[in-house]
Amino acid sequence: MIESHLEITGVNMDFPTPTGPFRALEDVNLKLKKGEFVSIIGHSGCGKSTVLNVVAGLYLASKGGIVLNGKEVREPGPERAMVFQNHSLLPWLTAYENVELAVKQIFKGKKSKAEMKDWIEHNLALVHMDHAMHKRPDEISGGMKQRVGIARALAMEPEILLLDEPFGALDALTRAHLQDSVMEIQAELGNTIMMVTHDVDEAVLLSDRIVMMTNGPAATVGEILEVNLPRPRERIAVSEDPDYNHCRHEVLRFLYERHGNKEEETNADAPGNGNGNGKAKSDADTSEQEKTEASPKMKAENIVDFNKQPEEKVA
Amino acid sequence: MSSDTIYERKINLQLPEFLRYLTPKKVLVSIGTPLMGIALFLFIWAALAPHVVTSLGAVPGPKQVYEQFTMLVDEHQAERAKEAAFYQRQEKRNAKKLAENPDAVVKIRDYTGNPTFFDQIGTSLFTVMAGFILAALIAIPIGIVAGLSKTVYAAINPLIQIFKPVSPLAWLPIVTMIVSATYVTSEPMFDKSFLNSAITVLLCCLWPTIISTAVGVTNVSKDLQNVSHVLNLNWWTHVRKIVLPSAIPMIFTGLRLSLGIAWMVLIAAEMLSQNPGLGKFVWDEFQNGSSNSLGRILVAVVVIGVIGFMLDRTMLFLQQKVSWDKSVALR
Repeated sequence: MIESHLEITGVNMDFPTPTGPFRALEDVNLKLKKGEFVSIIGHSGCGKSTVLNVVAGLYLASKGGIVLNGKEVREPGPERAMVFQNHSLLPWLTAYENVELAVKQIFKGKKSKAEMKDWIEHNLALVHMDHAMHKRPDEISGGMKQRVGIARALAMEPEILLLDEPFGALDALTRAHLQDSVMEIQAELGNTIMMVTHDVDEAVLLSDRIVMMTNGPAATVGEILEVNLPRPRERIAVSEDPDYNHCRHEVLRFLYERHGNKEEETNADAPGNGNGNGKAKSDADTSEQEKTEASPKMKAENIVDFNKQPEEKVA
Repeated sequence: MSSDTIYERKINLQLPEFLRYLTPKKVLVSIGTPLMGIALFLFIWAALAPHVVTSLGAVPGPKQVYEQFTMLVDEHQAERAKEAAFYQRQEKRNAKKLAENPDAVVKIRDYTGNPTFFDQIGTSLFTVMAGFILAALIAIPIGIVAGLSKTVYAAINPLIQIFKPVSPLAWLPIVTMIVSATYVTSEPMFDKSFLNSAITVLLCCLWPTIISTAVGVTNVSKDLQNVSHVLNLNWWTHVRKIVLPSAIPMIFTGLRLSLGIAWMVLIAAEMLSQNPGLGKFVWDEFQNGSSNSLGRILVAVVVIGVIGFMLDRTMLFLQQKVSWDKSVALR
């Protein structure tokens, strides 16, 4: 068996509540290869972010664990850099200083002052923020803040990049720009990326594999979908691609048909902002009609096939 | 060159905007209303004061109080003149002595006149700042540690809660006894009275700063704490880069509360223990019981109020200097 880069094995996550423990995750298993882009999608509150926090080490799994490069991780560390949903930049530091804080922490004694400066500027340039690097977070837009957040994570040269709904709070246009940036960066650096999202188009456009989670409590991996689209992917061209639409349909079917949740359908997880072709809405409608005949082969694709490499991988 | 033009442009942009908001009506409202309030207060005071007759005569109105103030200024100037004259005489005497006999040992004596009203203000300000700054230096680190560690907080919280409501004047006898027992040197750097007042002030303004700092530190946003965890920041960097900037507003809230308490405590302590300062001035005037006394006490009351206000403004100014968020409205 090929040794995988990151292994999530039998993770249970219980949170203590006054009325006894609440089981958020149950038996989550997932393996990531090096350089792979994996999205986790699911309804709000299903524990997507919890999975990411366990991988980041911010939560310690109640059962099971995380193995990165053959070593168990139990604490947060810079080799698993996280990009937070609301950017989490220190508001009293400029973009440059925010990245500097991370760089100083990780490369202290390994890089000279000038090298660090170059490295910080290089990473800010990578996310196209070199023009505003001496501005403070309150002086730049939401999208720019998120870019700085990504630059900070990239500057740590992480083994794996964790993105927690990184574009959730942004408008559609900014989001599209940032998605392109992330694809660009991944093509250049070949990072392993794990992203939590609730946006179907985003997941399909960016990922090699999409992990669909069942609804909580005791959420787990429902299905895993391989996205075999050639890279580089171009959002306009790809939206016409039958494979793309098939993938999209599969994810929507999973979310709405099998794990539909009346309340969610109308708001939080409404898809279709990446390409804005209005098709998502009709998809959601039809799936609601089809809901009556839910198929029973729910946990079928739980096992990951490692021999099946996505052949379109462009470095 | 280019930075100059940018600077100029900035001013050009700011000035008209600033002026646009200054309509005559707004000026009238923002300056006129407080003035009207003060005028009304003075009028009521002047009208009512003569009707309240005490053994020392009627309560002085604003006019008499102002007269007393000018008298205090005159007394101060007279005292200073006397002091200058004293030193001049001494110098002359010594010069003459040295001229007669170059080996003579000259004695230089300090002037020991009565402290004037303004000397007392200086003493009080110095005492309050000494006690307050020492308290801040002790309280802020304790507050940070208590905010970061639930255990430390649980350990010191009951003590804080019990000591906080204790009146400063209850501390005063104990402080006095301890100072006179332990501070025994032939050549003291500080007066005992100064130490008594400063330590009493210190004891009373520790608590609000500790509590506010701890609350500020506890409320550091969870996101920023996560950033710190992911970066594996060490304790000191975590405190310096994340905790302190987050907690600055709360720390200053505590400091301002403390300074307000410190100023009130000091006046009371000076009155009770006859330590030099504004409190002693008030007490001396009360004991003196001349027809001017009430007026002079009222001058002191107004001055104490004005200084308290200015101390608070100074803290606010400092907060603005230290805080990263200049846009936040401070009040």
